[in-house]
Amino acid sequence: MNYIFYFLIVISIIAGAINGRLTDVVNAILSGAELSVKVAFSLIGIMAFWLGMMKIAEKSGLVQLIAKIIKPVTKHLFKEVPEESPAIGDIAMNFSANALGLANAATPIGIKAMEELQKINQDKKSASNAMCMLLAMNTAGFQLIPATVIAVLIGIGYKNPTEIIAPTLLVTSITFLSAITLAKIFEKFWKPQKEND
Amino acid sequence: MFQTFMNIISLWALPAILLLILTIGLFKKVPLYETFTEGAKDGFKVSVNIIPYLVAIIVAISMLRASGIIEMTGHILAPILNWFNVPVDTIPIMIVRSLSGSAALGVFSDIAHTLGPDDYATKLAAIMVGSSETTFYVLAVYFGAVGISKLRYALIVGLIADFIGIVAAISVCNLMF
Repeated sequence: MNYIFYFLIVISIIAGAINGRLTDVVNAILSGAELSVKVAFSLIGIMAFWLGMMKIAEKSGLVQLIAKIIKPVTKHLFKEVPEESPAIGDIAMNFSANALGLANAATPIGIKAMEELQKINQDKKSASNAMCMLLAMNTAGFQLIPATVIAVLIGIGYKNPTEIIAPTLLVTSITFLSAITLAKIFEKFWKPQKEND
Repeated sequence: MFQTFMNIISLWALPAILLLILTIGLFKKVPLYETFTEGAKDGFKVSVNIIPYLVAIIVAISMLRASGIIEMTGHILAPILNWFNVPVDTIPIMIVRSLSGSAALGVFSDIAHTLGPDDYATKLAAIMVGSSETTFYVLAVYFGAVGISKLRYALIVGLIADFIGIVAAISVCNLMF
């Protein structure tokens, strides 16, 4: 990540200079910083709401019940996570919320899952295998119905916007399966102590 | 028929989850209000924890987008992708979709409005945007919330999967439309 951070900024400055857009690049620092805080603050309310709801779901045993149901799948994907950890149930709910297109719920629940994984993580600065797997599941963006895209298509008078669902679902499934397969492969040889990215 | 079914799902998914959580909670005699507020307390802390990570990623990406490098890369890639029957208009989406969700949606919306519903580019763009998630943003938020700064292979896996997603979108769209 050190290199990526360095290159993103250096490339921006060089390309900005070449294109005569250095002023824009400099202005982007301020607007980007403002946007970051805006994004974080806009998360506070919805984050609080779902963390509250998840606490109820946990105390009532619902999270543990879901964890038990999906155990056959998760025990392969999240080997190092003990069965009794609430992380598994959170992960399942994060996946379901994503699949249903409920991004506002998926993010807080996913973060809650990350917190549970952090509790059992050896090195608190470095991502564990389970954390990388959860991230892979989320960056792949699996969802059953691409609602926003369909809304745009309806807006331009697309005759049959639902015809986009099947191909999108196929592509997102391929991406999702690739992501978890890659995460599984990488965890075999990318051991925590050696990394420096 | 299918469309009505879909509408019902998107309308009821969230209310159904809330009903389920609260009803089971009540049934199991969980003090609902007390438990909710106890969990919700962390909302502020978690959101504030994310800020440094978000600033690093969003500022870097904002600078990148302002620098014009995305258009430059698009020009370089155009002849190659043209050879694969990929419309030039969709190239910015491929570059930007791992970096910024709103930018990708913006480009898609542009394509849809200028080229219209019958254009192949509109369909490909729709599939590419609908099947992607903003890898860098997810990374900053999820790892930032728990203070993880050593990512190991997480970003690489995300980016390779994004690339596979682009190839899959082009292939599937070619086959179906």
